Amino acid sequence: MDGRPLGEGAALFKFDLGVVARYLPFLVRGVGITIEFTLISFLLAIVLGLVIALGRISKNRFVRIPCQIYIDFIRGTPLLAQVYLVHFGLPQIFGYKPVGFIDALIALTLNSSAYMAEIYRAGIESIEAGQMEAARSLGMTYGQAMRYVILPQTIRRVIPPMGNEFITLLKESSLVSVIGMEDLMMRAKMMAGRSFRPFEAYFTSALIYLAMTFTFSRVLGRVEGRLKVSGRG
Amino acid sequence: MVEVKQLHKSFGDLHVLRGIDLEVKKGEVVVIIGPSGSGKSTFLRCINHLEQPSSGEIHIDGGNLDDGSVDINLIRRTAGMVFQQFNLFPHLTALQNVCLAPTKVLNMPVAEAEELGRELLKKVGLADKEAAYPQQLSGGQQQRVAIARALAMKPKLMLFDEPTSALDPEMIGEVLMVMKELALDGMTMLVVSHEMGFAREVADRIVFMDEGLIIEEGEPSEFFSNPKHERTKAFMSKIL
Repeated sequence: MDGRPLGEGAALFKFDLGVVARYLPFLVRGVGITIEFTLISFLLAIVLGLVIALGRISKNRFVRIPCQIYIDFIRGTPLLAQVYLVHFGLPQIFGYKPVGFIDALIALTLNSSAYMAEIYRAGIESIEAGQMEAARSLGMTYGQAMRYVILPQTIRRVIPPMGNEFITLLKESSLVSVIGMEDLMMRAKMMAGRSFRPFEAYFTSALIYLAMTFTFSRVLGRVEGRLKVSGRG
Repeated sequence: MVEVKQLHKSFGDLHVLRGIDLEVKKGEVVVIIGPSGSGKSTFLRCINHLEQPSSGEIHIDGGNLDDGSVDINLIRRTAGMVFQQFNLFPHLTALQNVCLAPTKVLNMPVAEAEELGRELLKKVGLADKEAAYPQQLSGGQQQRVAIARALAMKPKLMLFDEPTSALDPEMIGEVLMVMKELALDGMTMLVVSHEMGFAREVADRIVFMDEGLIIEEGEPSEFFSNPKHERTKAFMSKIL
């Protein structure tokens, strides 16, 4: 015990709505940056993830093994470490000037790509082997079979897990605040410091994250419902 | 048309094909029968390299599949394949299933491919089903679309891997009818099947396989009435 009277704080605590109202516009300005980081890195990861997934299932081990290592490394290490590594670690080796915005995007994209690759891989591997065989027996190359037969069927199956990945990314993007990006999380920190009301600051920002993820998961639920109704393949 | 010499295939320790020799002439219909696990399907799959043979030679239309002198994708176009489970592309309509390979592999213009596709669907009796997706079709209809799809690549040889085994009994006839017409058109066919009526009526030659080897072969009339080998006799007594 450090002499602080227990319970007293709780009894006196009043949630200060005035502070929240005053700082809300300030917080909301961070929402744009949060969404920007999420959306851009998500879109990049959709592409990069597919490339890595195709490499991961390649028969050529000089392609497959690096992709496997990449996925294992990213999924087995904290995003926070990856953010620091891109922003502080790699400039030391490659001598580039760290730019927070770009480094944050790179870290988020690299991170999400590994998860996305596993989503693609699971989707591709869930397609019956007979599909690839039928395509190959018609004289299609592996690439043609992937492009015209396997991947079109995969897309429907990967949309739900990709939606989950988007939500994860939206939340994890808060980590870019550690390298100075003024996203929602950073602004919550600033609000806490300026107003001396950390609970209001962090709780309000948490609710804003919740509003975003909740909205998105409802949209996702609808898309999934529609996919089920017209479920072909 | 097809010449197979001393074909061996192992999966790990399992020696599935133990030296197959077979020659199929142009226009010939060969039906392969035998107990399950005898390697019939594996043999068929080796012919268009869905399985990699462990050793031996396969010549299709003069080209050797294993000496690298021919592109496997080219050979696969020469040999159409029909599967037990149909393996239609579920995200495409019947017509799109038929047209996909001609447009993408042969670079045929879409209009021309669709014309060809409609013609082939008509040939298999499904002219009115071109817009249907596979799961809207019965098993027999799906298999007929699959035959049309294989024919769209204008193959010189058709491989049928138990084409009626996954079908309800009342649908077997319609598929066999299409295959019979194909045989009458002069298509070279290699058929793994348990349909003895079809074999007797359509085949030029019956090949009996057991334990990875060809035990006996002959013309249907001779083969069915007077099997020579003990194992053939035992097999025939079980199925007839």
